[in-house]
Amino acid sequence: MFKKILIANRGEIACRVIKTARRMGIKTVAVYSDADAAALHVEMADEAVRLGPPPAAESYLLGDAIIAACKATGAEAVHPGYGFLSEREWFAKRLAEEGIAFIGPPPAAIAAMGDKIESKKLAKLAGVNVVPGFVGEIEDTEHAVRIATDIGYPVMMKASAGGGGKGMRLAFSEADVREGFEATKREGLASFGDDRVFIEKFVEQPRHIEIQVLGDQHGNIVYLGERECSIQRRHQKVVEEAPSPFVTPEMRRNMGEQAVRLAAAVGYYSAGTVELIVSGTDTTGQGFYFLEMNTRLQVEHPVTEEITGLDLVEQMIRVANGEKLAFTQDDVKLDGWAVETRVYAEDPYRGFLPSIGRLTHYRPPAGADGVRVDTGVVEGSEISMFYDPMIAKLITHGATREEAIDKQIVALDSYVLRGIGHNIDFLSAVMQHPRFRSGNITTGFIAEEYPDGFSGAAVSEATRHDLIAVAATIHAIRIEREAMIDNQLAGHGAVFGEDWVVMLGKDQVPVRVESYGDRFMVQHGDHEHEVETGWKPGTHTCVATVDGRQVAIQTERRGVGYRLTTRGAMHDVRVLTPRAAALAGHMIEKIPPDLSKYLLCPMPGLVMAINVADGDKVEAGQPLAIVEAMKMENILRAEKSGTVKTVRAKAGESLAVDAIILEFE
Amino acid sequence: MLKVIEQLEAKREAARQGGGPKRIEAQHAKGRLTARERLDILLDPGSFEELDMYVEHNCVDFGMEAQKIPGDGVVTGSGTINGRLVFVFSQDFTVFGGSLSERHAQKICKIMDMAMKVGAPVIGLNDSGGARIQEGVASLGGYAEVFQRNVLASGVVPQISLIMGPCAGGAVYSPAMTDFIFMVKDSSYMFVTGPDVVKTVTNEIVTQEELGGAVTHTTKSGVADLAMEDDVDALLRTRQFFDFLPLNNKQATPFRPSHDDPERIENSLDTLVPPSANKPYDMHELIRKVADEGDFFELQPSHAGNIIIGFARIEGSTVGIVANQPMVLAGVLDIASSKKAGRFVRFCDAFNIPIVTFVDVPGFLPGVAQEHNGIIKNGAKLLFAYAEATVPKITVITRKAYGGAYDVMASKHLRGDLNYAWPTAEIAVMGAKGAVEIIFRGKSAEEIAERTAEYEARFANPFVAASKGFVDEVIMPHSTRRRIAIGLRKLRTKSLENPWKKHDNIPL
Repeated sequence: MFKKILIANRGEIACRVIKTARRMGIKTVAVYSDADAAALHVEMADEAVRLGPPPAAESYLLGDAIIAACKATGAEAVHPGYGFLSEREWFAKRLAEEGIAFIGPPPAAIAAMGDKIESKKLAKLAGVNVVPGFVGEIEDTEHAVRIATDIGYPVMMKASAGGGGKGMRLAFSEADVREGFEATKREGLASFGDDRVFIEKFVEQPRHIEIQVLGDQHGNIVYLGERECSIQRRHQKVVEEAPSPFVTPEMRRNMGEQAVRLAAAVGYYSAGTVELIVSGTDTTGQGFYFLEMNTRLQVEHPVTEEITGLDLVEQMIRVANGEKLAFTQDDVKLDGWAVETRVYAEDPYRGFLPSIGRLTHYRPPAGADGVRVDTGVVEGSEISMFYDPMIAKLITHGATREEAIDKQIVALDSYVLRGIGHNIDFLSAVMQHPRFRSGNITTGFIAEEYPDGFSGAAVSEATRHDLIAVAATIHAIRIEREAMIDNQLAGHGAVFGEDWVVMLGKDQVPVRVESYGDRFMVQHGDHEHEVETGWKPGTHTCVATVDGRQVAIQTERRGVGYRLTTRGAMHDVRVLTPRAAALAGHMIEKIPPDLSKYLLCPMPGLVMAINVADGDKVEAGQPLAIVEAMKMENILRAEKSGTVKTVRAKAGESLAVDAIILEFE
Repeated sequence: MLKVIEQLEAKREAARQGGGPKRIEAQHAKGRLTARERLDILLDPGSFEELDMYVEHNCVDFGMEAQKIPGDGVVTGSGTINGRLVFVFSQDFTVFGGSLSERHAQKICKIMDMAMKVGAPVIGLNDSGGARIQEGVASLGGYAEVFQRNVLASGVVPQISLIMGPCAGGAVYSPAMTDFIFMVKDSSYMFVTGPDVVKTVTNEIVTQEELGGAVTHTTKSGVADLAMEDDVDALLRTRQFFDFLPLNNKQATPFRPSHDDPERIENSLDTLVPPSANKPYDMHELIRKVADEGDFFELQPSHAGNIIIGFARIEGSTVGIVANQPMVLAGVLDIASSKKAGRFVRFCDAFNIPIVTFVDVPGFLPGVAQEHNGIIKNGAKLLFAYAEATVPKITVITRKAYGGAYDVMASKHLRGDLNYAWPTAEIAVMGAKGAVEIIFRGKSAEEIAERTAEYEARFANPFVAASKGFVDEVIMPHSTRRRIAIGLRKLRTKSLENPWKKHDNIPL
């Protein structure tokens, strides 16, 4: 077995690989860019080597620097994680030349599968169903338009070397192709160093289901069931699960056997994933088509691990070391259900805009039974603009799908993350969504269910009662403590009664709170709740039992009130005396200022282009500016027709969130 | 006897009516509460004891003798906030527009005198159209009587002003001389002369809100300390604020038990200061992670944001926090920030509140505007305030402490009791590059670069200062709360007196 390996990656995946290596008694070497000098993966590894400045092209993509680091540290093998160099044939080759093992597939298989155009041809040859598309190189926009028209809209334009949702654009019309083709090329070049693009038919009502394969260097290949990754936003996976609620055992076998056939055809070994697009309306069990094969460990591999009991990283290391698979296809048994949610630095309340900055508070849920958090950050870590916005993955495992989903909801409630925008509320909302729970999902789920964006999960009556009970309780605790200040006037001690009014949204709920140590009786209307909690002022989460049920509500003091967050929604709550509550009725509701006259920078980013000038008349939907953030080009469009009064920003300028880009008349 | 009681009840009822239902309704329609309603929220339920309920004005001009309303436009008395005594006056806009008569002023003076005698704070709720013009000079005299008491009470008992309606002309000078001013957004304003006069005299067209609204005074002028959302918010926030203040200048800071462990370790602080010296970070995070329960009551957050001031608690007792803010103007000291922090330091010193200072300051702000507007004397205010303060002073240098600004920020030389530095601290006359360019003027670029590295190696750390005893100890960021808590415990009995003097002569 290897004595020391190097992990050519960062973030959660680097940490995850280090954990397994450590368990196997293998020493680890981390590499890092200047932005990651204090990152968790650097701290966890036995040794760490600096690669260069923050941009990936000057650090994590420098194959030679990584090889030099192997030599300097004596690392015998490299685990590439996902992204970066994980699917670069030349890198795997260079390692082989240097006598360093690549913990991944053979270079030839990477070459064959890594290129989406080549892989499609191979899949076809291996007898795998493929989606109609153009196989070949596209010269320019005009050519792209011709191809798209031949295939028929809608079509998908993809950066050939892309993955993980980066460098992909959907086009419903010729205009979309004209607008997006060059940008797709640019993104491909910027993110992957390859500007080739391919175009294929876009299957409507699709589900994204993929097969995990694992092979050794002795010709054994197995499939480890499927994962469903249909919950995506702009082609970026958000929720994954295994198995898929859509797949029958027979369909699984069909898909698995095809995937294995394809892997065998390219002499594949190590872990790989065959991504399939599945028609949700086709119940024959044959409606799946080859999309691409990812010749690496996938982000969502933990759900497969949870239901198979395998450690895929360990398997990859053993395979790279030349070992035979210790089991056969018949030994692969699926146990229960696993769900993974991806915690992203994106603010769903602001149109999922990327958010960067420091995690001032970070407390992932404690490792309850069947709850796993793969994270690459700690409190104080910086989410920088240079890399992927994924902060962590929350994986739950249960006997049934429902159990795994419910564990997600509970775990997300106590996931404390402050300092930057994040999607935890959104994830919880999806977990609670009746359509998601029914299993009737497609890749259009988010766009269809949240067409106007996200403003918090719907609040159930039970949650509303929990909020009232907990708000009243924490306020009673606070008031009790405030009454303990010294130098009181004799005989003027605790003077507040038990009657309060919880101001929740537009509702005023009169409550009566009786306190018995850590136990509180909260009465409102015909309801009476028994609350038990050890919450103290300053604690981030109120963990309580309400009427015998465990609840976790995040509490944040805001002025004279509280922000309570639970079950995928935030609530600004005040608890007032009945007198103050009555008087609060005289207050005039504040009207938020009119910002529609401005185009504000929706996220911190770099202005790539300003498409209009002072005095220009613009139509609704017309592109006004392009801002690049988190490796994505975001086209900012006019929300309504109007005239540009003044352009305040210029191309090349770095803007903060909410900075004014231009003003309308 | 019975008749007298009936009469009393009738009189009380009449007084409670203030200016009558119509005016009360008008007040409510503006989103404002009445004088008595405000006190109901500010004070502990049932604790308010009113005085001078039946006082009436003594004006006989312009038909005023026919219009008398008991209380004469101000409600005065005492009550408690979380059981602690406070004297209050609350101007009643429904009665003669809250205008200040001689008798109205006398009522305010009476409770101020009592507050001074017993050593309890005064909170004034201002909502007044100004002087009672019908009374002429008598009203002016009334103002001056209040001013005099504001001055005598200054530094003896804390005085807080809430501006909850108009406050114009001479009336502004009473709040101006109190310790803290809180304004209500969209419904209060303060100015010496209003928009009409401004237009006549200078031809400037400006609204009341722009000229002297809550936002203007908490961002541009720095006259007010906080802008509150509405009346209810303002009054409840004032209750929170009051709990930080001692009742008078002879009392120790208030103590309130906390479950927050003084030994709490904050590992994330070890990465708060970014590797790059030019990258900002938010000093609020340090403050909140050091404070009990993360509770920090910030004052003037939107004015002179390059310095942060406010109250927190450590082990249940109040401390004043002063911190440079690298997020705004790199945390530089300028006129506005020196004035803001200087006044705060003096308040803390006057009321026995220990001062914790977090330092990351690149120096004083250069510029013609700064020099011509008197950065010399204004910067000296903060220096003076720190130097004269005799309360416990703990200083933590997190990163830069350059030049004269190093001296100013509660340095060892200004009688800092415990001066700590993080390992990232750099204490120097100026940044390495600037220093080398002066010392090695005219040398080649390579030599400058080489010497810069040399200068950095020598001064870009806390050890030179520590070797001279200017820094008492280099501490790990994660243990900052623990070190401050221990320090404050040991300094509780600190006794230090300045030489006898009538008063000092701070460069105003």
